[in-house]
Amino acid sequence: MAGNLRDNINYDKIAEMESFKQLTKKKNSFLWTLTVIFLSAYLLLPILTSFTEILHQKAVGEITWVWFYSAGLFIMTWGLAHLYVAKANSFDKEAKAIIEEYERGVR
Amino acid sequence: MSATAIIMFVAIVGLTLAITWWASRKTSTASDFYTAGGGLSGWQNGLAISGDYLSAASFLGIAGSIALAGFDGFFFSLGYLVAYLVVLYIVAEPLRNLGKFTLADMISARFDAKKVRGTAALSSIVIVLFYMIAQLVGAGALIQLLLGIDYWIAVLLVGFMMTVYVLFGGMTATSWVQIIKACLLMLGTVIISFLVLAKFDFNILTMFSEMTTKTEAGAAYLNPGLKYTNGIDTISMLIALVLGTAGLPHILMRFFTVKDAQTARSSVIWATWIVGIFYVLTIFLGFGAAAFVGKEDIVAANAAGNMAAPLLAQALGGDILFSFVCAVAFATILAVVAGLVLSGASALSHDIYGQIIKKGKVSEREQVVAARVGSIIISVVSIILALGAQSLNVAFLVSLAFCIAASSNLPVIIYTIYWKRFNTNGAVVGMLTGLISALILVALSPNVWNPVEGAAIFVGEALFPLGNPAIVSVPLGFIGGWIGTILSKETDEAKYREVDVKAQTGISVHDVSH
Repeated sequence: MAGNLRDNINYDKIAEMESFKQLTKKKNSFLWTLTVIFLSAYLLLPILTSFTEILHQKAVGEITWVWFYSAGLFIMTWGLAHLYVAKANSFDKEAKAIIEEYERGVR
Repeated sequence: MSATAIIMFVAIVGLTLAITWWASRKTSTASDFYTAGGGLSGWQNGLAISGDYLSAASFLGIAGSIALAGFDGFFFSLGYLVAYLVVLYIVAEPLRNLGKFTLADMISARFDAKKVRGTAALSSIVIVLFYMIAQLVGAGALIQLLLGIDYWIAVLLVGFMMTVYVLFGGMTATSWVQIIKACLLMLGTVIISFLVLAKFDFNILTMFSEMTTKTEAGAAYLNPGLKYTNGIDTISMLIALVLGTAGLPHILMRFFTVKDAQTARSSVIWATWIVGIFYVLTIFLGFGAAAFVGKEDIVAANAAGNMAAPLLAQALGGDILFSFVCAVAFATILAVVAGLVLSGASALSHDIYGQIIKKGKVSEREQVVAARVGSIIISVVSIILALGAQSLNVAFLVSLAFCIAASSNLPVIIYTIYWKRFNTNGAVVGMLTGLISALILVALSPNVWNPVEGAAIFVGEALFPLGNPAIVSVPLGFIGGWIGTILSKETDEAKYREVDVKAQTGISVHDVSH
């Protein structure tokens, strides 16, 4: 039953819809831009600590900059996780609209 | 061992067995067994993911690493945490929208070929076994130390318990053991951290300034470079940590235990907060152990530093806190190995037996029987391997598992979801290139070869200079997938459109659930 329902969806038709193409484009550019940003921020830490002494200097009291950079990565992770949810919820609405648009077209 | 410790251990074991008994009555189908019927809520699954993640390697390993190596130990906390963003942004939702029980299901949603499913199952089983050996060897050493029993009895004890959980309670029992353990572990960690902070007058600045004099490293303790002196190797290890999580079968399996992509998303948020807070607290555990237990005592108990957290609990909270922390560590190990058994069994019984050998023509009853038989096979194999691996360095096995996951699984997951031209050939070549290159490079690495007798498995010069080969093997996995693809003319754009629509909108999942 469920299998039949699935087979009856015309995926090509959805994939050809302008709204679907736009959603995919928007979604992928958001996801990959931020992925490149957070991976770069993350990998910059070992690069800086292995090949320079910039982060080895004291910032506040005996606490060195490397701890602040790390704290930044923690805050970045939490912040981006919530940003993702907010974005994904809005993408969900668009995806739902696309499915509705498709269903109207089928009937 | 004191009476308090015995009571704590018996209480934890009794509680987990009670959960297993309760869960066994709810486990009748293959979907119940592998994914708890997809019925976990966001926070439940989030706690369970945290539980999977806060393994003995995290709790005992990171605390010990920070205690002994200062900031260098904290690299693990950072890598494991940022890895969640990779999971959330790239993998979680498409995986939930496309898959059923396993990673191979998701890749097979696009390439319905036996060799693709077989290769994906093989790489999952290899990762699970390496990870499991690491956990079992660590568990054996720890319990040997705590209970004063022989290593082989300790491994058999843990092995027996994990088999019982999985066999009778399936994913429901495993998840709830994970959830309860995650709460207890957080409680223990918060208590210890509070006691450590109290010792420093609740002043972070005081703590850092005192730490410059508490260890033999002096002020260098607060900076990277104490343990990891080879920059490329450090970067390579951090690549494995951040990309490996998104390819670990027992973590990926956690996205099938919820009903839809929205719940998968919310469970990752829960996990990010819980695990993140835990990793912040690892600083207090590590610093505290270095300051109030001392390097000498930590190393005397266990050369890798795995006893740092329990010893710190003893120093600050006496026998009661020590017993509590040890019992929680025991529960941690049990819960994580149970999750690993399940993900190994799903690859063996669902992918290889059910889908490849029986071509998907298995009754519900046969599936459940196969799942249980698969669990026993995975358990027995890993117990035997762990008995023979007593002297191996645990951290090296864990980093190897992450490296294989990042090199073999992740490239193919990404290509499957995002690359139109990708094909069957590319999937098989990509996974095998990542898997084999990671294994070979590790076999040639300084972790296996060392000129000093006893420092590694073999005596001699390492042919490959890096301890962790991810910086080479992850690109090789991607290149392998790409070359394998372009060498074959096969394309199926219609299939990709279907996968793309499903992954982006979750449409098939909606329809199936109604």
